[in-house]
Amino acid sequence: MEGIEEILGRHPFFAGFAAEHGRLVAGCARNQRFAAGEYLFREGDPADAFFLVRHGRVALELVEPGRPPVVFATLGEGEIVGASWLLPPYRWRFAARAVELTRAIGIDAACLRGKCEADHHLGYEMMKRFLPILVERLQATRLQILDVYGKR
Amino acid sequence: MPVALADPCLPQPYRVERRRRELAGTVTLELAPLAGACPAFAPGQFNMLYAFGVGEAAISLSGDPASRATFVHTVRHVGAVSGALAGLEPGATVGVRGPFGRGWPLAAAEGADVLVVAGGLGLAPLRPAIYAILARRERYGRVVILVGSRSPAEILYRRELERWRQRSDLEVRVTVDHADAGWRGHVGVVPALIPRADFDPQDTLALVCGPEVMMRFAANALLAAGIKAGRIHLSLERNMKCAIGLCGHCQFGPSFVCKDGPVMGLERIAEILAVPEI
Repeated sequence: MEGIEEILGRHPFFAGFAAEHGRLVAGCARNQRFAAGEYLFREGDPADAFFLVRHGRVALELVEPGRPPVVFATLGEGEIVGASWLLPPYRWRFAARAVELTRAIGIDAACLRGKCEADHHLGYEMMKRFLPILVERLQATRLQILDVYGKR
Repeated sequence: MPVALADPCLPQPYRVERRRRELAGTVTLELAPLAGACPAFAPGQFNMLYAFGVGEAAISLSGDPASRATFVHTVRHVGAVSGALAGLEPGATVGVRGPFGRGWPLAAAEGADVLVVAGGLGLAPLRPAIYAILARRERYGRVVILVGSRSPAEILYRRELERWRQRSDLEVRVTVDHADAGWRGHVGVVPALIPRADFDPQDTLALVCGPEVMMRFAANALLAAGIKAGRIHLSLERNMKCAIGLCGHCQFGPSFVCKDGPVMGLERIAEILAVPEI
C-alpha cells in the first residue's frame, strides 16, 4: 500500500520537492475522505489544515444570511484547498464543501508552521509553491469581478 | 474563402425561417434568401445584418458551414440594432451582406490537437468551426472544447454541449463564474480550465473567442501552457461598418478587423491587444 510520503511525492504541488522536506511534510499529513455534501471546513473556523485534493471536487462558497450559498470556485484533482492557514489569525474566510466523494491529503497547519519556522528552507519551498497559486487565484478573481459576460 | 457577391454593399433580402430563444435577450435566427441558396461561408466569418429602418450590425455566422439552405446567427440584444434583430419573428425580412472576413485557420489544425476556448456568446462564432472539425474528425488529434459562462442559466447551446460531452472523441469542459450550491459542475474562469485540459502544447492550434479581456487572460494561460503565439487565434470584435476594408471604422492598428480579421493570430496582434487607444 502506498504511503503518504509517496502520495505527496506524486502530487503536482510537491513536484521537485527535496526528499527530506517531503518527509517533514508527510509527518504532518493524513489521508482524509469527504462524502458528497460534507464540509471540509466552514467560514470562521480555525484554519488548522490545508488539503491536497487527490480525487473529487470541492466547492468554495460564501454565505449571505437568508440566501443560498454562492459558489465562487471549484477545485479538483491535483489542486490545493486553503491558504488561510498561512497567515494570522488562521481562520477560514469561506467554506469548502465536497461536491462529490472527495479524497484528499490533509496537512496539519500548526505542525507544518512549526516545521517551517524551524527550517526556513522548508518554509521558503512552501511559499514558492503557494505564491503562484495565490497569484493565479487573484487573477481569476479579477476576471470574475469584471463580469465580462454581462451586458455592456 | 472567395465571396461571390455582385455588390458587397447591397443587402440581399432574407426571410426569418426560424427563431429560437437561447437565453434571456439572446435568440438564434435562421435566415433563408428570398431567391437561391446562401453563399458558402468559412467558420469564423460574419454577415452584416440589416434591420430595416433601424440599422446594420456585424453578426457572426454560428451555423453549420455545410448547410447552404439558411444562415444561422445568434444575436444578443445589447443595443438598438441588435435588439431589433433579436426581436424579428419568423416571416420577417432582413437585409444580409456577406459573408465577410477571415475565419478560423482550420487547415492549419489538421493533424494537430485543437483547443477551443469560448466565453459567453463567443461560442457562437466557434460553433461552425466545431461543426467543421466534427465533420472531418479523423483529420484532427485531440479536440478540447472549454466554455465559460456567467452562470449555469446563461450557458449558450447547453443541449448541444451536453451532446458533445457524450462523445468519446471530444473533451468538453464547462465552467461558470458563479453558481449556487445546486450546480455540480465547475466554477471558475475559463482560462483556469486550460492547465487541466489534455492536449499537446507543442502541436495544438488554439481558437479563442469571447469578451476581449477574457481572451487576453486566455491567451496568457495558453502561452503559459506552452502553446506558441503563432498557434493561438482570437476572434476580435470592433465597430464594423462597410465590412470590406474601406471605411476604416474597425481599424485595429495596421489592420482592419472586417477584412484582415475577425480571426487574427496572436503573434500578429499581441503587442497592440492591450493598448486601450486601439
